[in-house]
Amino acid sequence: MSNRAVDLDIGNYERYGFHQPEKYLVKMDKGLSKHVVEEISEYKNEPSWMRDFRLKSLDIFLKKSMPTWGADLSGVDFDDIHYYVRPTDRPQHDWDDVPEEIKNTFDKLGIPEAEKKFLAGVGAQYESEMVYHSLQKQWEEIGVVFLDTDTGLRDHPDIFRKHFASVVPPSDNKLAALNSAVWSGGSFIYIPPGVHVTIPLQAYFRINAQNMGQFERTLIIADEGSNVHYVEGCTAPVYSSDSLHAAVVECIAKRGARLRYTTIQNWSRNVYNLVTKRAVAEEDAIVEWVDCNMGSKMTMKYPSVILKGKGARADILSAAYAGSGQHIEAGSKAIHVAPYTTSVVVSKSISRGGGRTSYRGLLKILNGAVGAKSSVRCDALLMDEMSRSDTYPYMDVKEEKVSLGHEATVSKIGDEQLFYLMSRGLSEAEATALIVRGFIEPVVKELPMEYALEMNRLIQLQMEGSVG
Amino acid sequence: MDTLDIVNLHVSVEGNEILKGVDLSVPKGEVHALMGPNGSGKSTLANTLMGHPGYQITDGDIRWKGESLIGMGADERARRGLFLAFQYPAEIYGVSVTNFLRMAQAARFGTTGSFSEFQNTLKQQMEVLEIEPTFSQRYLNEGFSGGEKKRHEILQMGMLKPEMAILDETDSGLDIDALKIVSRGVNDLRGPHMGMLLITHYQRLLNYIIPDRVHVLIEGRVVLSGEKDIALELEAQGYDWVKEAAFTS
Ligand SMILES: Nc1ncnc2c1ncn2[C@@H]1O[C@H](COP(=O)(O)OP(=O)(O)OP(=O)(O)O)[C@@H](O)[C@H]1O
Ligand SMILES: [Mg+2]
Repeated sequence: MSNRAVDLDIGNYERYGFHQPEKYLVKMDKGLSKHVVEEISEYKNEPSWMRDFRLKSLDIFLKKSMPTWGADLSGVDFDDIHYYVRPTDRPQHDWDDVPEEIKNTFDKLGIPEAEKKFLAGVGAQYESEMVYHSLQKQWEEIGVVFLDTDTGLRDHPDIFRKHFASVVPPSDNKLAALNSAVWSGGSFIYIPPGVHVTIPLQAYFRINAQNMGQFERTLIIADEGSNVHYVEGCTAPVYSSDSLHAAVVECIAKRGARLRYTTIQNWSRNVYNLVTKRAVAEEDAIVEWVDCNMGSKMTMKYPSVILKGKGARADILSAAYAGSGQHIEAGSKAIHVAPYTTSVVVSKSISRGGGRTSYRGLLKILNGAVGAKSSVRCDALLMDEMSRSDTYPYMDVKEEKVSLGHEATVSKIGDEQLFYLMSRGLSEAEATALIVRGFIEPVVKELPMEYALEMNRLIQLQMEGSVG
Repeated sequence: MDTLDIVNLHVSVEGNEILKGVDLSVPKGEVHALMGPNGSGKSTLANTLMGHPGYQITDGDIRWKGESLIGMGADERARRGLFLAFQYPAEIYGVSVTNFLRMAQAARFGTTGSFSEFQNTLKQQMEVLEIEPTFSQRYLNEGFSGGEKKRHEILQMGMLKPEMAILDETDSGLDIDALKIVSRGVNDLRGPHMGMLLITHYQRLLNYIIPDRVHVLIEGRVVLSGEKDIALELEAQGYDWVKEAAFTS
């Protein structure tokens, strides 16, 4: 039961690492300036408020310094990034009109035919733009809006402006400011009061231009008593130089709404993945972040929920895998503003082949949030001696009548567990994969079936690569 | 005949020699009991037979159906029909009993039958062992009581149909009723297609599962072999007389 340390770079699998020849209509020069931001806005034909917002954000970006905690970001060179790339003229709504090259990409991603057709809304971000977006008819009829964010701005200006940047202002952090200045694409979702969307809304994202930043911006508004599940899954091609992905996700769950946001992140191992995700939960609303991070060179992501209304609840589940050369810092933030609010955090991380995971969590309970409940559970699994895992919990509790729980464990794959499973006929790789799958089961069981299967397949591949 | 042959087996753990030349043969179709004081090396033998990588074989051989098992992984041995019911089964979080058994069957037999057939067999075996149906959805051994773990070892044995099973103190930690239930389960599986090495401290088990032979392991050697009445004598007199007989002759 030795020799588990050799790492398999999933990115080397043809299925997960590939790219199409670049063919862009608009590809701006590298680097960021007022001119670039103005050009993006002009190209998109945006209203002046958005243009002003972008320029103001650029100022903030230039003034702010990079985060100094967490992962080492010194490899990010803002001058060496394309801030806008647009592959086709405009978003397309008919599958037949989607360019062949992009369909090929979908095929390589292995998106099943049935799924493409069946899934209610498939939004694909090829480069910085949504090129294909379809929405099931009956949803349109009940007022569900599922668009790429640029189109959302154009077609739903009032509701868009009211909520945009209301949860994550540009001043939040340097990368949020950057995203605010150059954002492009992402999803805009509005669920009317009382509407329950039963099939998850899904989007597929990829990066496909060397040194290209990906700055999508997602805004989801679940109106009172509504119910929605949004799923994003990422796979990306392997490139030789570093890429930046700096997205902003804002979610608003109004009174009694239930909003779940699921991410499967499998960027190629040269990507800096720095995402700001935040939600506001109003009275009796439930917000659930389910966040699986397997790819990227570095990830810094702290899905947050501001529990603003009485009785609101946040569930923040995350699973992280860091292999050789990777540092995945996944965490959470729960801010209890109102009484009787609940937050539950479950974090599972796996480090292997010298990989590093960290959990960084903030729990804040404001004075007056009586009866607030918080439970945090972080489990780390170390696959070998060279890997690393750290936990950084921060607590700021201003209210006395609360209940708090925090539990953290670090474990290794036990030789006795492996021997036990192998004595029943499982190979070492199968046994290891089974233990790992069991370890992250509390998170994976929350994924839609096809994603759960995909996750399990990925784990199997990783473990097979380690043996022999 | 298909036999498990242990020949002059020397085994060390972390540099200490625990087994000092064990000789023992168990033919398929027979049940042999192995008794011996605490620390005499019974679990060491069981683990070594199954291929635990922490036990170094420094001399001797283990042969199953004439073929040496040395250098073979536990998984390969399992696929060749060996099985170990553990004294202390490991807990595997997040893996349901059903999923695990399904995977183990696929590994053991190379294929799986239909799921409904699998479920029927599982249900039936669980009934024999009086295991609550809800256990099939619980995580493998996670939070099981000592006795529940032992029952599940026998459940696995029934599902994986080994040709040679080593049962390491399956009776320890069982209450009187459970002992009868588990013995019934074992006896159901007994037959010409299966051999067993039954490690136990108590003659009581051997009232339910009557062995063909009894062996006594002391300080890493089999010092006495014989009929079932050896167990009765041990129960009455303890191990001293065996030690004396073995080490003075
Ligand atoms: N991993 C290990 N490291 C060090 N010593 C070990 C290890 N495993 C077994 N031993 C030692 O080997 C000897 C035999 O142990 P073993 O577990 O085989 O005994 P046993 O006959 O099964 O005893 P019991 O009846 O108590 O189960 C003991 O002295 C034990 O301490
Ligand atoms: Mg023992």
